[in-house]
Amino acid sequence: MNSNRPKNLDLTTIELPLPAKASILHRISGFALFFAVAFMLTALNASLESAESFAALKATFDNGLVKLITWLILSALGYHLVAGIKHLVLDAGIGESKEGGRVGAIITLIGGAIVIALAGVWVW
Amino acid sequence: MVASITNLGRSGLYDWVIQRLTAVILAVYTLFLLGFVIAHPDLQYSDWQQLFACTAMKVASLLAIISMCAHGWVGMWTIATDYIKPTGIRFLFLLVTAAFVFVYLVWGIDILWGA
Repeated sequence: MNSNRPKNLDLTTIELPLPAKASILHRISGFALFFAVAFMLTALNASLESAESFAALKATFDNGLVKLITWLILSALGYHLVAGIKHLVLDAGIGESKEGGRVGAIITLIGGAIVIALAGVWVW
Repeated sequence: MVASITNLGRSGLYDWVIQRLTAVILAVYTLFLLGFVIAHPDLQYSDWQQLFACTAMKVASLLAIISMCAHGWVGMWTIATDYIKPTGIRFLFLLVTAAFVFVYLVWGIDILWGA
């Protein structure tokens, strides 16, 4: 292949294919989850410290901002889990073709959307 | 092979296995907790406290926390080495990541066994 041919690697002008979108969302959700663990451990600590702190934690979920943060964390977790399962399926050698990659991405994105919607229903 | 001193398993293959093993542990733990919460629609402190008082649950939770630390490290290392080219900034990013991992681990152990 001619190595001097023009390249366009400007991500702002490239339309990412579906598998790339599913993949970058997996990465972004993982990055967010790494910091979200701080919120999870705060909640776990409050939930186990005493009956009073458990009740206080439960009461904070009436707050709209707390609901939003909870939903965002559950969304990141849900999507990351679905995309992670797709990865394990790929590791098993299933869906490695170009078309398989597209189908896998569609299943991941739809599955992720369903999980995110369910999390929203649960939180609100 | 490019020598690296910051990846968890010293080789990409180890990291690959660690990432998947910890992913499965975290998935099972998450789905178990989800199932428990769904099975207790009006969750009370006593149910929750009893669950975490059980040694098996403490051990499983510790395993999940250790898995999360390893999984998070491999993931953040991958992101750092993919996007942060200047060595100094990448090192700083990984240092902050390591600090988070350490705090999560100690804090998690304290929550599980402290009370």
